[in-house]
Amino acid sequence: MTASSLDTVAGCAAALRAGTVSARELLAASRDALQATDSRIGAFLARTDDLAEQQAAEADRRLRESPHDASPLCGVPVAIKDVICLEGVETTAGSRILAGFRPPYTATALQRLLAAGAVVVGKTNCDEFAMGSSTENSAFRPVNNPWDIERVPGGSSGGSAAAVAASVVPYSLGSDTGGSIRQPASLTGVVGFKPTYGRVSRYGLIAFASSLDQIGPFAHTVEDIALVYSVIAGHDPRDSTSAPEPLEDALSGLGDGVAGMRLGVPREYFVAGLEDGVRRGVEDAMKVLEGLGARLEEVSLPSTDAALSTYYIVAPAECSSNLARFDGIRHGLREGGESVLQMYLRTRDTGFGAEVKRRVMLGTYALSSGYYDAYYRKAQRVRTVIAEEFARVFEQVDALVCPTSPTVAFRLGAREDPLSMYLCDALTIPVNLAGLPGISVPCGMVDGLPVGLQVIAPRFADARALRVAHAYQQATDWHSLRSPLARLAA
Amino acid sequence: MTLSADDIAHVAMLARLGLSEDERQRLGAQLDAILEHISRLDKVDTSQVAETAHVGGLVNVWREDEPEPSQSVDAALGNAPDHDGTYFRVGAIQ
Repeated sequence: MTASSLDTVAGCAAALRAGTVSARELLAASRDALQATDSRIGAFLARTDDLAEQQAAEADRRLRESPHDASPLCGVPVAIKDVICLEGVETTAGSRILAGFRPPYTATALQRLLAAGAVVVGKTNCDEFAMGSSTENSAFRPVNNPWDIERVPGGSSGGSAAAVAASVVPYSLGSDTGGSIRQPASLTGVVGFKPTYGRVSRYGLIAFASSLDQIGPFAHTVEDIALVYSVIAGHDPRDSTSAPEPLEDALSGLGDGVAGMRLGVPREYFVAGLEDGVRRGVEDAMKVLEGLGARLEEVSLPSTDAALSTYYIVAPAECSSNLARFDGIRHGLREGGESVLQMYLRTRDTGFGAEVKRRVMLGTYALSSGYYDAYYRKAQRVRTVIAEEFARVFEQVDALVCPTSPTVAFRLGAREDPLSMYLCDALTIPVNLAGLPGISVPCGMVDGLPVGLQVIAPRFADARALRVAHAYQQATDWHSLRSPLARLAA
Repeated sequence: MTLSADDIAHVAMLARLGLSEDERQRLGAQLDAILEHISRLDKVDTSQVAETAHVGGLVNVWREDEPEPSQSVDAALGNAPDHDGTYFRVGAIQ
């Protein structure tokens, strides 16, 4: 099955303006698709039917009254990862400790979508507090991959990826701390983009690791990704880590192609553990880019091997500190006890799942007296080394191309050992540590399962990453394939 | 690096995590394996580099001290498991 015009943002925007469909009809179609598929996928934790009705009616009014002023996102359905706050709508981060939490405010990135006229269909399932690479760590239910429901969709934004892969919505928002947008995009055959750290406000994003977290979109095409990115990106005074640098126009140069560009191929990303089918898919994609006039050259990022270890100090350290706020006092679950201390211990024991506890323990240990220098300070220094290696390579090449995930989607339950799960993100984590933009685009199929190509650009060269990925999509058809579950949704 | 039962108990208390005996044992073994993997950091020479806390290098982001509307007390208390008037309510501190 291939794409229908209504499962892309650009297609919806054109049809809405041509008057061949209304926002209310797009919403109804999205709900029907959800109804037809989600018992088998589990992409959604909550539907926002009443809110969506109002938003769709308002979008139709705007499109009727001033179609040319309306954003391309006006009237187009979207799904939002459940770590992104929406005022008054239950937001759980996939955790029992936040069951019933209704945020008193809306995240800036989502507020910008709402201002553009987006129609929010629901909140999507994810690994608890975005910690995981398979969405099996959701406290509520795992997510199944629309290409093969016995396999995982990747994680942690597995619900947002699967909702697009099943054509329930044309786009969605996720968050990426170590690969949580790009890896599930790769495993579900959609496009996923993690912008430069600081480009999209983190205000209202439930924090996992604040120096690494970044919100970004999923869609079928890079064009759609650029449309959504242009709306959500930009400085926000409510996030002090948000970047004050002027925002480049990601749309005007999107079609400029890759002729004459120098693309680096980091040799450390093609090592043991990389499946043959993934290697072939990515190598074929490089030939396509070469055919479009790009010059490919091998480069080296020698400390790639240390990135995973660095991440598994820095991210758990920040998580142990961020998750200290879940104390049974201000929001969410409280398990009673004889004293406040007993209440803390019982609330956090009951409310957190196994992976969250593991990372809180690891992070607390790495920050504890006597171990801080050996672990946390050392990891922060290696982080500098990793970022400097990228900076050096970018003096030589314009962007990097490599696999997103070393493997295609694996079976549910196949990676019970935590370390084997952590290795899923070996090729995406370095990008977060250096704060770079990275995008994954579908570039092949192995036994019915999608493969992803990752494009990495220098900080604030988000438009360049999009331009390379778009050029690739213009020359290939992988992004037009649809999953078997999307057929049910149609 | 091997974590003793006492280490695990100490860290769990620092993190305010009540863990079952089973969980403590399982976590001990898993953390050992993860720390073993992490030890490869020692191979990277970091004698000449500073730490990165924030990739953008931003420090001390200030704004003008101008009053703005903020959340109401009701909104702030709206998700509290227990409250008393305009206060969060907790059990006795012992």
